[in-house]
Amino acid sequence: MLKLIQTRLKQGYRTSAFPRKPINLHPSYRGRPEINRDCDPEVAARCAEACPQEAIDAEKRRIDLGRCVFCGLCQQLSEGRFIRFTTDFRLGVAERDQLLYQGSLPDLAAHSKQHFKKLFGRSLQLREVSAGGCNACEADTNVLNTPFFDLSRFGIQFVASPRHADGVFVTGPVPRNMKTALLDTYQAVPAPKVVIACGSCALSGGPFRGSDEIVPLETLLPVDLFIPGCPPHPLTILDALLKYFKG
Amino acid sequence: MDNFLPITNGCAIPRKELPILEFPHFRDSLLASTAANGNIVQFFGYEENGTATLLAVIRKGYDLSAAQCAMPKEFPSLTAENWKFNLFEREIAEQFGIRPLHHPWFKPVRYHANWRGAPDVFGADYQTDIPGLYDYFRVEGEHIHEVAVGPVHAGIIEPGHFRFQCFGEKVLHLEIQLGYQHRGVERLLPTLPFKRLPIVVEGIAGDTTIGNSLCFAQAVESLSSLKVPDPARVVRTIALELERLACHVGDLGALSGDVAFNPPAAYYGRLRGEFLNLLVVLAGNRFGKGLVRPGGVTKIPTPDNVALLRDKIKEVRPEIIQVADLLFSAHSVQARFEGCGRVDRATAEAVGLVGVAGRASGLDYDAREFFPTEKYKMMSPCSYNRKRGGVYSRAWVRYEEICHSLNLAEDLLGTIPEGDLPFPDPNWRLAPDSFVVTVNEPWRGELSHCLLTDAQGKILRYKVKDPSFHNWTGLALALRNQEISDFPLNNKSFNLSYCGFDL
Ligand code: SF4
Ligand code: SF4
Repeated sequence: MLKLIQTRLKQGYRTSAFPRKPINLHPSYRGRPEINRDCDPEVAARCAEACPQEAIDAEKRRIDLGRCVFCGLCQQLSEGRFIRFTTDFRLGVAERDQLLYQGSLPDLAAHSKQHFKKLFGRSLQLREVSAGGCNACEADTNVLNTPFFDLSRFGIQFVASPRHADGVFVTGPVPRNMKTALLDTYQAVPAPKVVIACGSCALSGGPFRGSDEIVPLETLLPVDLFIPGCPPHPLTILDALLKYFKG
Repeated sequence: MDNFLPITNGCAIPRKELPILEFPHFRDSLLASTAANGNIVQFFGYEENGTATLLAVIRKGYDLSAAQCAMPKEFPSLTAENWKFNLFEREIAEQFGIRPLHHPWFKPVRYHANWRGAPDVFGADYQTDIPGLYDYFRVEGEHIHEVAVGPVHAGIIEPGHFRFQCFGEKVLHLEIQLGYQHRGVERLLPTLPFKRLPIVVEGIAGDTTIGNSLCFAQAVESLSSLKVPDPARVVRTIALELERLACHVGDLGALSGDVAFNPPAAYYGRLRGEFLNLLVVLAGNRFGKGLVRPGGVTKIPTPDNVALLRDKIKEVRPEIIQVADLLFSAHSVQARFEGCGRVDRATAEAVGLVGVAGRASGLDYDAREFFPTEKYKMMSPCSYNRKRGGVYSRAWVRYEEICHSLNLAEDLLGTIPEGDLPFPDPNWRLAPDSFVVTVNEPWRGELSHCLLTDAQGKILRYKVKDPSFHNWTGLALALRNQEISDFPLNNKSFNLSYCGFDL
């Protein structure tokens, strides 16, 4: 018991003040990119050519944030002259088209479905379905339950049974072998229900796009909230949930 | 084994140097070697111009060796004589539609049609997309009951199916069926432009991003004679240790949570985050994505960031030690950890366990020591004081490795020279008709990639073997005669990868 108290004193209170106070991530973190629209077309073309995810449209000076894995190659190649990553972690959007990013993102709170806010704004229960992917998206979703983020203080919980859930939170590119399990889980959630896609895999197949072993999520379920990243930072997820349901 | 060719970790050789044996010799050599402390690093098939071949890489002590043979349509199963071959043989059967005769337990691994369009050897039609739909081993008896769990589990966990045969609370048998995470990685990789490879490799298992990227980068570097600058080697080694620290610390917290002792779960949960944030400092990503590339690393930390890393390690070390003291001295924890889920040394050896689970059962194999890459030649080995093979040992081995790893990372941080490096040129080419195998020891255990190139220098075969491929069997065996309520604890004590296994 003494040890318990000693350790507790040493460890202290660690829950972050976000969203009341802003959080600054380390400057190395690659969050929302900034696009220089006046960049030399040749540099932009070179980045588009090299992008492993074919996420860059050089002519339109646009990045598909659904495909982008935030690998940083375009920033390195253009030495920051075309694309430069900022530490801004607020990336969630409410429509697939809004992922085609030209330098600014629409206000998520203004675009979320109003009835979801009313229904789930005070209490939101989600069933997470891990469907392929590399498990980093799952890990950084799980982290929201640690004391630092303490998700439940916002009335949001990840629950075990889809029957207790208000929606599904999908990570991964949906392998053929997980399709039925995902659809069954979705079916078991009582309507009205929300679908959240988290991570490049769920948004576009991510690194695995083109594999015949995966079935794109958008062909299976109507997605309401898109959270880009590979994986999205826990704060990206938290910010998206708070804005979409409580904003 | 004299008919196998001695090879070196991470050194590409022309494929024509690999001996091609007659199947009976190939089989006999493999059986003789694995019966005498040899272990399988790789055993897989590949096809070129309509000819299919089997290739095996074996480790024995400090030596690696390889040989191949023409792939027979069917062959007397090696598993029937040595259990280490079980999953390898079933994987080959699944990928190539060939049949190991008299395999004691023949069933799909990941549940997909074979790559050659050959008649299915498992009698599945793959119209239903459920890997778990198959006849599980059943224990019969009046009081026997069956418990089925998954694929979608209660928490935020990857999918897999677990089938327990129980007598009351006691688990007589656990069968694990995976494949739900199968996204066709090995089939996809050879078809992709090279620029996509680092990204797919980082997606094999996110918690082993650095480990997989290293295996990949070392293979490419050897196949394309890329020189890696020494500071990049230092950074890669530190990154692999930070990955280990994050995972091990997180695992100790989760183990504590599984026995309902919440304080260490909370503290270690947060401390795990500290290491992920240190990976951000190195890589710009919490899992180290975007850091390791063939030819080096994308970024050398600035002196300020090196100082930040050192200070952080100094700061968290006493905290980790204090929480460990709290965890391991709590009677309620000891009561649950001690003697739970034991895999004795003989069993561990028989199924070929690797990594933390192997070392906790007394198998002193650490690829960092046996086949050192990067800066591991300078590493002094970690010592292990708990080798009884149960949950306690698996937790304690992690703790010892955490302490060892903190020292290692700290030492290495002192050797990063100032100054940036040019970032590695992403336009590399691979030597044609070559073969390379790479072995590293990320936090879970021995990870290996194997690349074969064709006459044009394209990738002919990309084989990945996650340590979990060896260790899932260990979990199934650990559960025998345990309470079913101890499953989560045992599962956590192995903490194996689903996506790394399913590929
Ligand atoms: S950061 Fe995104 S856009 Fe840039 S190269 Fe990587 S995947 Fe492409
Ligand atoms: S989006 Fe990236 S981090 Fe998330 S599961 Fe896919 S590969 Fe992993």
